[in-house]
Amino acid sequence: MTTSAPTQKTQIDTRFRSATIPPRAGAGLKPAHVDAILNDDYRIGFLEVHAENYMGDGGAPHRALTAIREQFPISVHGVGLSIGSENGLDNTHIERLKSVVDRYEPGLVSEHLAWSTHDNSYYNDLLPVPYDQPTLDRVCTHIDVVQNTLKRKILLENPSTYLQFEQSTMSETDFVREIAQRTGCGLLLDINNVFISATNQNYKPMTYLSEFPLDRVEEIHLAGHATDTDDEGDTLLIDAHDRPVDDAVWKLYDIVIGQIGPMPTLVEWDNDVPEWPVLRREAKLADEILQRRAETYMLGTRHAAVG
Amino acid sequence: MPLSARPSSKEMADPMSLAVFSSALSDPQTGTPDGLVGPDGKKAAKRFNVYRNNVTVGLIGALADTFPAVQRLVGEQFFEAMARVYVQTEPPSSPLLFRYGDGFADFLEHFEPAQHLVYLPDVARLERAWLDAYHAADAPVLAPEALSTVAPEDLADQRFDVHPATRIIRSRFAAISIFSANRMSDTVPSIDTSVAEDGLITRRDTEVEIRHLPPGAAAFFSALVDGQPLGAAAEVAVSKAEDFNLASAIGAMLEAGVFTGLADTGRGEADEPDPE
Repeated sequence: MTTSAPTQKTQIDTRFRSATIPPRAGAGLKPAHVDAILNDDYRIGFLEVHAENYMGDGGAPHRALTAIREQFPISVHGVGLSIGSENGLDNTHIERLKSVVDRYEPGLVSEHLAWSTHDNSYYNDLLPVPYDQPTLDRVCTHIDVVQNTLKRKILLENPSTYLQFEQSTMSETDFVREIAQRTGCGLLLDINNVFISATNQNYKPMTYLSEFPLDRVEEIHLAGHATDTDDEGDTLLIDAHDRPVDDAVWKLYDIVIGQIGPMPTLVEWDNDVPEWPVLRREAKLADEILQRRAETYMLGTRHAAVG
Repeated sequence: MPLSARPSSKEMADPMSLAVFSSALSDPQTGTPDGLVGPDGKKAAKRFNVYRNNVTVGLIGALADTFPAVQRLVGEQFFEAMARVYVQTEPPSSPLLFRYGDGFADFLEHFEPAQHLVYLPDVARLERAWLDAYHAADAPVLAPEALSTVAPEDLADQRFDVHPATRIIRSRFAAISIFSANRMSDTVPSIDTSVAEDGLITRRDTEVEIRHLPPGAAAFFSALVDGQPLGAAAEVAVSKAEDFNLASAIGAMLEAGVFTGLADTGRGEADEPDPE
């Protein structure tokens, strides 16, 4: 249909360099940081993007991500698939996710153990699911569909929760382990979420971690949280992603890396996003722990127990 | 498994449909659904409100991202209250939040507290169109010299392929000036809001561009976008504005990148198959 425009060489048959996410620190990609990241002497290990932000047809977002992808491995993190949904998955949305994955060849693809859509309303939040048999079956079926469509393994992220369902019949760690075993999916361990949920639900994060199927973990998330109180004045932590990673979360992270060895680690900062150097500082802190633990890990301390 | 991480109730509760959770999220008048608890079965009203708040604040934030000029015009507090009503009335149906707010301009038309800002709905329409153009598919724009390949006697019959980012906005108010002043500068000049304005949104590369259109030009471009040939579009334009300047409209059209190419009319280069 065009006549005078020069023949366009399409990007489709261009293969990016390595897709593999190294066991290093990465950062959640924000449009405002793109130029700083591309021009930084510090080469971040990888960048992670929310899949939904790249589901537009074209324009600046794709231009920026293509420039990033030409220099860095990326991971794609979905926030809108609603895997815990009670009335099925949106096939159109899975196809959109597939387009993003096909286009950018990410090293890892992940989603959440949560729901966000019901009856054609999208809630823009990661809402909790009951840990019971019908929900387990449903989530497993949904993950099978996603993995079959994408023709690859996805990672499932543990949620941050503020309450629980009385109808739950199993623990979150049993629930997650069962999903991983049945679907073959990997796990994304969000240590900030572990700390938040443990505080909010009144159990010890180390207990949770000791029961979590760490052998299935292929990526770690770290982020900052806010502090509030519940109806009775007890601490209620909010998964705000709006500040540096908490010291308690760094400590847990250090222990987990000591246990499972170096692992791709994403620092998320989604609200009140600071200048790139502030986020970079968080990434460097993770890099330091990864490096230190890599040395001892090589010396054979991998059997040190968690907790 | 730690006992503390177990569900708190000894007997299995009746399963709760997520539909109950869902409708309680959207209706702040409803209490916390039965079956949702804190640790040791303690009540979870504030806990449930965290989810309610996340949903509402998140969607209000999405609207503020899409409609920054509207927000600036009414102020942050007013915008938040107004957006809160819209979020309740018309929640998004898609996880693609950059598409949320199609009905926001129409909502503003009927939002009583903002009725005195008569131009507000048009500014919202412009902002929505701007973001649609921002995310539109990439496409090469029609090269100016392409038009010279058309024989003069065929020019009036020539049709064009519209660029995916192209939008034409017609306002009974000075919506384009108001939009530009509130999105692109720190200080807002005095604007006579009652002057009707037409605007053209295009995207030659990745940057969205907005132009004021002279009288007749909006009708001209709209006709071309609808697939009418150049001659007929010019006639429409002249019927709307006697002083319509065809040469300068064509110049603006080529400069702005309204079209991607000459539509196939069965002549000349337009016969060549698409290179793809």
